[in-house]
Amino acid sequence: MSSSVRQGSRASRYALRTIALGYLTLLLVLPLVALFYRTFEHGLAPVWAAVTAPYAVHAFWLSLELVAIAVPLNTVFGIGIALLLERHPFRGRSLVGALIDVPFAVSPVVIGLSLVLVYGDQGWFGTSLMAHGISVIFSVPGMVLATAFVSLPFVARETMPVLRELGTDSEEAAATLGASPWQVFWRVTLPAIRWAVTYGVVLTTARALGEFGAVSIVSGNVLGVTQTLPLYVKNEFDNFDVTGAYAASVVLALLTVFTLLFMQVLTRKARRAD
Amino acid sequence: MLGRGALALYLSVLVLLPLAALAAHSLDGGLSAFWQSVTTPEGIAALEFTLVVSVIVVIVNVVFGTLIAWVLVRDDFPGRGVVNSLIDLPFALPTIVVSVVLLALYGKGSPVGIDIALTRSAVGVALLFVTLPFVVRSVQPVLIELDRSMEEAAASLGASPATIVRRVVLPSLAPAIISGAALSFARALGEFGSVLLFAGALPFKTEVSSIYVYNQIENDNLSGAAAVSVVLLAIALLVLAALNVLSRNRSRHVL
Amino acid sequence: MAPRTIARVTSRALPVLAASALLAGCGSSSGGKTVALVAYSTPQAAYAALIPAFQATAAGKGISFTQSYGASGDQSRAVLAGQPANVVNFSLTSDMTKLVSPGIVSPSWDAGPTHGFVTNSVVVFIVRKGNPKHITNWDDLVQPGVKVITPNPLSSGSARWNIMAAYGAQLHEGKTPSQADAYLAALLKNTVAQPTSARDALQTFLSGEGDVLLDYESEAIPDEKKGDAISYVIPASTILIQNPIAVVTRGGTNPNAQAFVNYLLSPAGQTIWAQQGYRPVIPSLVNPKVFPTPADLFTIASLGGWTAVTKEFFGTPNGVVTKIEQGQGVSAG
Repeated sequence: MSSSVRQGSRASRYALRTIALGYLTLLLVLPLVALFYRTFEHGLAPVWAAVTAPYAVHAFWLSLELVAIAVPLNTVFGIGIALLLERHPFRGRSLVGALIDVPFAVSPVVIGLSLVLVYGDQGWFGTSLMAHGISVIFSVPGMVLATAFVSLPFVARETMPVLRELGTDSEEAAATLGASPWQVFWRVTLPAIRWAVTYGVVLTTARALGEFGAVSIVSGNVLGVTQTLPLYVKNEFDNFDVTGAYAASVVLALLTVFTLLFMQVLTRKARRAD
Repeated sequence: MLGRGALALYLSVLVLLPLAALAAHSLDGGLSAFWQSVTTPEGIAALEFTLVVSVIVVIVNVVFGTLIAWVLVRDDFPGRGVVNSLIDLPFALPTIVVSVVLLALYGKGSPVGIDIALTRSAVGVALLFVTLPFVVRSVQPVLIELDRSMEEAAASLGASPATIVRRVVLPSLAPAIISGAALSFARALGEFGSVLLFAGALPFKTEVSSIYVYNQIENDNLSGAAAVSVVLLAIALLVLAALNVLSRNRSRHVL
Repeated sequence: MAPRTIARVTSRALPVLAASALLAGCGSSSGGKTVALVAYSTPQAAYAALIPAFQATAAGKGISFTQSYGASGDQSRAVLAGQPANVVNFSLTSDMTKLVSPGIVSPSWDAGPTHGFVTNSVVVFIVRKGNPKHITNWDDLVQPGVKVITPNPLSSGSARWNIMAAYGAQLHEGKTPSQADAYLAALLKNTVAQPTSARDALQTFLSGEGDVLLDYESEAIPDEKKGDAISYVIPASTILIQNPIAVVTRGGTNPNAQAFVNYLLSPAGQTIWAQQGYRPVIPSLVNPKVFPTPADLFTIASLGGWTAVTKEFFGTPNGVVTKIEQGQGVSAG
């Protein structure tokens, strides 16, 4: 990178850095520090006890299970719909694009209730589901629906601007050179959107891990059965077990960081493999 | 066409059907009941406040989010990797924890001497916290993949760094920024848990629409809650569709 | 990029993932040896003691439990929507009566000697340790400058007890109903926060906000025991909070559920409730040193019962409190 393209003088670079880091300190770093402080202020033992409590462990695995199902579903959907909207424009695509974001604007509790309205016992599909012995609400499928609902837009939203910015030149070139559509996707498009997909997956995972409102409605919040980690956090708060609540939150935070690091490693490895 | 069908099915099962059920339920009492639920003084106050604070939050996010993405991608400093890993955390934390932590940090007994709990600013700060990742993570991938040749060309032609940023870089980032802004707006509209404790949910003062809706549900006024939600949804849809169109128009100016 | 590629990606991946999602959730219902308890959030700690004690008795041997706790209204709604339950325990009666007409609980759920109630409590004022602002009665709450915290009366069962305690106290002081309504307006005007649940309200208070929190005695006692810097005052005139319990009859009655409820109502069970901060429903077990009797203790029945009160005070759009909350904007909040 030649010095002629170094953006701005050193002074302005430091200024930008200071403003950005200052904002992040006040808004992000200090709250995280406060969280960690509050969690560990009584030492490591209570935190360990909280995190290894049977209900906590079950909640942990249940949260992971929901993530393991919802995130791949939303990733595939996200890439698919981004490709559809950006590479195959059709009338009304602005509306469809907006529809993807809209779940977000609905309060989580309302999302949960609307899922109950459709899939619950008295819901639109209630009787036919019951007839087939499929229970959606108050069991894992309903929780997967709720989790997928609230974490729907991220991969799509991350991927679309990158696809647009990239343009179709490389893809068209590859096609004229005889590559099949699948090869074009796998070897031209996907590598180009990998960082978008990475961040999209991380955001989706983080959102899926942290979701409370919608899942609390459709899960029934049964301890050790349908209680996810955020539900467990709320439960502990309600029981004056603040350390337990914070400890579980720290676990959620660590899971997110781990996902980011994992995705970064995966993405970098893919680049090296090219 | 099978792929398009699968996408449509997924979207319907997951999103469209529940939203349709919601809309249907909101009309349970007829149009007059719908109108009545939506025009209560408390509901209108909550809606106005929610919209204003959401717009402010989006503007702040656009500015700072782009700045942070820029610093994370183009700059290099010790601890950059650590800071980058923290950006998504506002998302993963259960919203009640966010509210409690903000209350402890920026309320009475604040270790840094800032007390804004139970005020309207508290709503803004809580929303800024939970929407932090959006613009940052939207802009980052585009910045990473950005072709530098245009910037280098502009620089060699004598353009100042500020001009390069304004006329070469930002237009390329515009779709991503708008994308992140759309997500921020949507989240700010629907956010509940993180605002609740920190701001106090006082009607006409710090009550946002999502809390108002929740109170209606708890009060067994499900159709009223659905009605207000449908209105919020319609507003969100309009704004998001407009942002989508805006984004498309901007990118047409990019070569 | 051809649509066919989108087709291949999505049509291969989605059905597989979706099917696994459905399969992951196929749960089977448990046999009669499991009792599903669905309760409001406060008694979770109490049940942590009660369930093992029950399992140590002959009737409870070998019985396992699933437990769900949450806001009383939410739990009632969940059971209505089909959440499996054998025993339901709510914070107020209206959450129970909702389950009668759909046939989830029997109409005679309140026919027993305790009228269906398993625990009592009273509305109290939670203040800072030492009560620096000397808040002792309802009039103190409407003084200028006094910052009150209560959950939102339209969303929280706990807040409704608070409101009706305040209202009833006013009536018993000799005020007319419209004067009592005016008191409620003044009280709500003095609030600095109205979170959606009692626990959230307590959390807000513990963070340093407000001068006084309206809450249940059964929350104040364990919190004080925990060492939080609070104390509580029982106003001279206050309402008796009565928490209903019932066996679910939807799909047949689980006999173990009935045995559990019987245990909870027995002297052994009630003693454990008392240790957890709840006033027993067996009068002889109420220790006046732990649970002093207020000079004027009234029930919701004396105010018309929850069905009438809910409609008159909290109904949309014409409830007294609903209108007060709507009218708050008139005087710049």
